[in-house]
Amino acid sequence: MAQVTLRRIIKEYEGGVQAVKGIDLDIADHEFVVLVGPSGCGKSTTLRMIAGLEEISAGDIAIGGALVNDIPPRDRDIAMVFQNYALYPHMTVYDNMAFGLMLRKFPKAEIDRRVKEAARILDIGMLLDRKPKALSGGQRQRVAMGRAIVRDPKVFLFDEPLSNLDAKLRVQMRTEIKKVHQTVKTTTIYVTHDQVEAMTLADRVVVMNHGVIEQVGPPQELYHNPATRFVAGFIGSPAMNFIPCRLEQGGAGLQVELPGGVALPVPAERKARYTAHQGRELLFGIRPEHLTEVRPNDHRDNMAVFEAVPEVVEPMGMETLAHFRVDGAEICARLDPATPAAPGRKLPLAADMAKMHLIDPKSDKVL
Amino acid sequence: MTLPLIAVIAGLVAWPASYAIYLATLNRRMTAFIGLDNFDILLDNETFRMVIWQSCFFAVTAVLLKALIGFWLAHMLHHIPTKGQRKWRGMLLVPWVIPPALSTLGWWWMFEPSYSSINWLLNAVGGPSIPWLGEPWWARISVVIVNVWYGAPFFMIMYLAALKSVPDQLYEAAAIDGATGWQGLIHVTLPMMRNIISITVLFSLIVTFANYDIVRVLTNGGPRDLTHVFASYAFQVGVLSGNIPRGAAVSLFMFPLLAVVAFFVLRGVNRRQREMA
Repeated sequence: MAQVTLRRIIKEYEGGVQAVKGIDLDIADHEFVVLVGPSGCGKSTTLRMIAGLEEISAGDIAIGGALVNDIPPRDRDIAMVFQNYALYPHMTVYDNMAFGLMLRKFPKAEIDRRVKEAARILDIGMLLDRKPKALSGGQRQRVAMGRAIVRDPKVFLFDEPLSNLDAKLRVQMRTEIKKVHQTVKTTTIYVTHDQVEAMTLADRVVVMNHGVIEQVGPPQELYHNPATRFVAGFIGSPAMNFIPCRLEQGGAGLQVELPGGVALPVPAERKARYTAHQGRELLFGIRPEHLTEVRPNDHRDNMAVFEAVPEVVEPMGMETLAHFRVDGAEICARLDPATPAAPGRKLPLAADMAKMHLIDPKSDKVL
Repeated sequence: MTLPLIAVIAGLVAWPASYAIYLATLNRRMTAFIGLDNFDILLDNETFRMVIWQSCFFAVTAVLLKALIGFWLAHMLHHIPTKGQRKWRGMLLVPWVIPPALSTLGWWWMFEPSYSSINWLLNAVGGPSIPWLGEPWWARISVVIVNVWYGAPFFMIMYLAALKSVPDQLYEAAAIDGATGWQGLIHVTLPMMRNIISITVLFSLIVTFANYDIVRVLTNGGPRDLTHVFASYAFQVGVLSGNIPRGAAVSLFMFPLLAVVAFFVLRGVNRRQREMA
């Protein structure tokens, strides 16, 4: 069993700067958890504290139920894949992978069996005699993963492992990592600043910002029910649109009044949730994919139609992105590529109000 | 384009070197070519065989100690905070900056058997007086001590630079792989420093074999010519005794061996450079 438990973990540097401000996290056995957030949010520091490479200033870390606060990295039974791979340049691929087992005095035959098995899983069997310098970025990444796999540790730690790869290889290696996890099922903690990586890989995503956890949940939940403005804006690409608004009582129920006189009706089922905030200045949040062209005979529920004049239109092939402004706020809509959208020409848009969010600008919480 | 380079090499390297080789093949009056006879005569000479032995003992012991002490100093410096590192580094470099002829005079005074500081200290803690420069073995050791004192800072500064060039993540990877500090040193630090270690040891070996000033000032080859090294003996034979061709032969004696060693060491360095960097 290899759960990982963090209790009120604090990392404070000299001069009182806190990189991690008392986080709690429970990671289940076999789970794939991704820590995601912008640079400086404390995600890498958290990972390094779990690895034992960074001391914790306060709190408790337990791996497999055992407290590891004062246990050196070598005795925590973890394996780590670094951003720049950290392969030993003077060793062959085989020796790089065998090193940890050799230090732990495994029999030669067992080392050989494990290295060859890992090489088979990662498809690097033909590289075993080479030195890291003679490998491509993707191959080095595989070796770094192989070095982790052969150890058969309680926990895998990944520190932005794909950041040094080009876009195409990154997508390929992402799939590879997911496949490996499905094969070996080791508890995995993965750090990235890329929300797409986080969404695609994770069983649960931990969104961090300024040293605290903003929200923990499965990818779909974070996408549909973000807890804070930060999570709402961070998860999803292009990012969610935010428009200052007022919540008012209209003729047919509650409505969101945007600057410029546009009023969008709030779905009836949200009434109970929002009534207390009636008359307040709030932020209206809606994702670009819920802001689309108006189709002929379009009778979707909770649809609010309004007109906008795009400033920029970006055809992407499978979709077209239209950018326009509402009272200074930049808004993006995702259109069907067949939509005849052009800069400067009026375009009727449909907002799917069932997917709307209202955010309290004072607390930044999603209401 | 390469003409100036060729001229420089021909004028400053090839000509003096060939002239030295040519000199070594002449008779004492430099009137006749005698081939390798100077080398033959030298090898039959018991004093010269002693010089070979002493030169090798001196160079090998001194270089090994310089490398070990230099590495130890570099390792200590590397592990103190960067802020304090500069002043320690500066202080440790002082022996290397003082002209050796001058500092060796200081050592000569300290080794003086009756009235000097080292024996005084030894006596103070109940030790015996040691005839540092009067007894052959102590004289040999004294020469090595001064050479190590003078040369270790150079190793230290080279190794410190090499230590700083090993990425921290390799140590972190090793720590997670299960390495203790000592295993990290053996399996990561030293292999990563192999090239710089090879080069410093090679160059220091060459320079130490050619050392002159320390022996000249400290013992002048004595007692009974037992601490002579190639350079001081070459000076004695060639200049003081006026046999320039034989002096040239003495100074050229180690050249073929060192050239072969240098070839293999540098080839190894190149190969590792290609494989790793």
